[in-house]
Amino acid sequence: MATITAEHETEASVQDTAPEAVVVRFAGDSGDGMQLTGGQFTLSTALAGNDLATFPDFPAEIRAPQGTLFGVSAFQINFGSQEITTAGDAPDVLVAMNPAALKVNVQALKPGGLVIADTGEFSKRNLDKAKYETNPLEDDSLAKWDVLAFDISALTLEAVKPFGLGNKEALRCKNMWTLGLALWMFDRDRQPLVDWLKNKFAKNPVLADANIAALNAGHAYGETAELAGPLKKLHVDPVPSEPGLYRTITGAEAVSLGLVAGAQLADLPMFFGGYPITPASAILHNLVKMKEFGVTTFQAEDEIAAICAAIGASYAGQLGVTSSSGPGIALKGEAMGLAVMTELPLVIVNSQRGGPSTGLPTKTEQSDLYQAVYGRNGDASLPVVAARSPADAFECAIEACRIAVQFMTPVMLLTDGYIGNASEPWKVPDPASFEPFPVSFLEKNNNPDGNVLPFKRDARGVRPWIKPGTEGLMHRIGGIEKGIDTGNIDYAPQVHQAQTDARKAKVDGVAAAIPPQDVCLGEESGKLAVVGWGSTFGPIHQAVRRARRKGMDVSHIHVRHVWPLPGNLGDLLKGFDKVLVPEMNTGQFKTVLRDQFLVDATPLSKTSGQPFAIAEIEEAIASYFDGVPGHAEGEVPVNETQLPNPEA
Amino acid sequence: MNDMTPIETTLKDWESDQEVRWCPGCGDYAILKAVQRTLPMIGADPKNTVFVSGIGCSSRFPYYVESYGFHTIHGRAPAFATGIKLANPDLDVWLVTGDGDGMSIGGNHTMHVLRRNVNCQIMLFNNEIYGLTKGQYSPTSRTGTNSPTSPVGSVDRPALPCAFALGSGARFIARGYDVSKDLPEVLKAAHAHQGAAFIEIFQNCIVYNKDRFDDFTQKKVADETQVWCNDGEPLLFAKGTKGLALDCDTLSLKVVDVVDGDWKAAGVAVHNVKNRGLAHMLVEMPFGPFPMALGVIYDDPRPTFEGAVVAERAKLIEGKTADLGKLLAKGQTWTVEEKDAAHGLMD
Repeated sequence: MATITAEHETEASVQDTAPEAVVVRFAGDSGDGMQLTGGQFTLSTALAGNDLATFPDFPAEIRAPQGTLFGVSAFQINFGSQEITTAGDAPDVLVAMNPAALKVNVQALKPGGLVIADTGEFSKRNLDKAKYETNPLEDDSLAKWDVLAFDISALTLEAVKPFGLGNKEALRCKNMWTLGLALWMFDRDRQPLVDWLKNKFAKNPVLADANIAALNAGHAYGETAELAGPLKKLHVDPVPSEPGLYRTITGAEAVSLGLVAGAQLADLPMFFGGYPITPASAILHNLVKMKEFGVTTFQAEDEIAAICAAIGASYAGQLGVTSSSGPGIALKGEAMGLAVMTELPLVIVNSQRGGPSTGLPTKTEQSDLYQAVYGRNGDASLPVVAARSPADAFECAIEACRIAVQFMTPVMLLTDGYIGNASEPWKVPDPASFEPFPVSFLEKNNNPDGNVLPFKRDARGVRPWIKPGTEGLMHRIGGIEKGIDTGNIDYAPQVHQAQTDARKAKVDGVAAAIPPQDVCLGEESGKLAVVGWGSTFGPIHQAVRRARRKGMDVSHIHVRHVWPLPGNLGDLLKGFDKVLVPEMNTGQFKTVLRDQFLVDATPLSKTSGQPFAIAEIEEAIASYFDGVPGHAEGEVPVNETQLPNPEA
Repeated sequence: MNDMTPIETTLKDWESDQEVRWCPGCGDYAILKAVQRTLPMIGADPKNTVFVSGIGCSSRFPYYVESYGFHTIHGRAPAFATGIKLANPDLDVWLVTGDGDGMSIGGNHTMHVLRRNVNCQIMLFNNEIYGLTKGQYSPTSRTGTNSPTSPVGSVDRPALPCAFALGSGARFIARGYDVSKDLPEVLKAAHAHQGAAFIEIFQNCIVYNKDRFDDFTQKKVADETQVWCNDGEPLLFAKGTKGLALDCDTLSLKVVDVVDGDWKAAGVAVHNVKNRGLAHMLVEMPFGPFPMALGVIYDDPRPTFEGAVVAERAKLIEGKTADLGKLLAKGQTWTVEEKDAAHGLMD
């Protein structure tokens, strides 16, 4: 599980006959149903007891022109009998539904990996669109790999013939045929898929039957073709995990469930204001279906109205939540400042994507950290929590709700496109295992000498929450600087100084209400700490594990509370000779760490819209060490000459 | 407005302890008094009353009313009000905005609060100028307005707030002006309307756009230049000697003379607050050739947004129970048994 952090070296328990993990990538036209195929394969994999991680990678266009290179949609899954924390680097198997899918994806395939291609789509026209001069299935260009090419289109048409579908509809079943083959290859049960298809096409049983027939035909093809060529059945052993009930979960689902759980723990109804934006919309889609939990959803006219309505709801006594991605978060900035100024609770979910501006709507990046921590006018500090994986997003959402209501402050929850769309197995938690944090509103005047004092702070600097409708507590709040305790307009110099200090102290004080920073792999001090936040958890964790196996003295620290930072983090970092910070941006968290702790943090930057490969981080770690093999004790001298260039 | 038990209050009960800080002579003082006079008339309860505003001179309003108040950010008051009403439909929400706040930076939100029909009163103080930022021309300034940003006269054409509101789907449109003794009656009608009630209030900016509305608000011209719209009554003005009639050839309104009070003979139209076409014609009448239409121009309620949201939710959750444990375990699940996990965690 990606969320389990203790390390046990268990290589001996891995059977030699079975591969430890297999990476499969399904690629086709954006209309070929690749995301659906991948999603269903994920489910079967989870049901087979494998740990897994997925990476959907699709174009921004809803239906890009058929057969083109930019219209290729892919879904990668990494599954195996070891803990899986990333979607894998290079695929072992590539399923290419057309020439464009082959062209875009084949270079990523491991040498010796398997290509499965649909010859039915390798027409002259499609080859031209993919800019192939000759058919790669027929020349030597794929010699590095095992190629299994057959006419999936024709085989599918044959399989669904009895159902009398039109040619176009029949060909739509190709993805199920391919899935059937993949299920056979990895020894997966078809029944959950059959059930799912029956349910999905309940109103059109013919389509259900046709898809099931295609699925079975693909599976049967695997059985009979076993003797022919490289197509051989791979069996991946299930990963032993903690006993309990499991399901797969995407980050968007986890955030939605976490918000609902958070509101329940706070004993509040939740108001969610959203505006459609990729990749954040999924949260709104999910919450619409959870209204029995006191959830009100509001599809606003724009990003600004979405957050303003959420603040209005918080003012009226509900837990206001809004969600967006980078460009939408930028629009919400002024309203966040108002929530800071009026000290109202609010949760802002930012599913980061590649930027700036529209950037890469469907690709992942972590480049909104500055925006989250610093991105408002005035001194407008607010707590920031970052989820490391789809499953982790559940707990992070609860944490964001808790901080918001306990400290009367807006809180930003950072996820990203990768976390939002990717899925992993999740041990379903018992709601009773979370400590409730019920909110109490001010019901009686807190001022024996006169009018209520809406900005009278408690020992932690937190003001009371007063709902309109409460007898005798009428008061006014707003974005203008306010007098101590009274909240009346007052911008005297000493008042603004005092209130600015008080707002900062309150948010800084959140550090005392969060767990101290742990080291999730390795020792608490040593040669090198690899420090990450957010969705880089998987590749960092695997890279550090591999480096440690080779004897390198390296630890992995992953920060959830990005602002304010845990109180012990500075001392922890000072226990390491070097600090490396891999991020999918140009070094934003590195800057925060340098600023907060005066540590010489070095960035490892990637902004290609793709998650880090394990190998990339492994390589960066290795560059700190000489002659690594054999140094089981980790006593490896730092190689100064090989340190990464901080400017790189 | 909301169904509620009327509470007995006086004008004094609605005055907050805050010093009012508008310029001496500003029309906002008169509007504040009119509102504080209206609230006891309608039996409003201070604890359930919320004034929400954006930014600008008008938006300081909530500080001066002894109720709940939220002074928000520029142009966005309608969005805050929407959130407040959805969170607690029992609150009685008054929006205070201006021509810059509501028609320029917040035009989009004004449109949507009206189209959704959120049950609240929207008072747009129209002084045809940006006051708080020191006198720039606004989206309702007449072409040719001299200002710091238009030294030889503005070239923009002005927007008509009431026409904009109608175009956005508003179900209640009224007009009044700051010193009008009838303003409380207009506000009362707006409050009685179930749904978004849009009230354009012409307001004199004593410093940057002084006496802009004198040509119809001055006592000596009022009779000749104001037509008050009363449901079921003929659209008469100039002490009953003139009226508005439908010109069937051009499908527009025309001014007709009424002889000896026989308005029927003159063909004067009878005002009908449910006639949307008439409302359009009344708010579009060019002032000068025509009088200024004031009072309740349009009032034809439809179900409110928050009512619909509550009903939709009831439909969606029918038969469902809020079992968090079940929700978390939704979808296809599998169980890892103790024996499968006998070797402990891999990692």
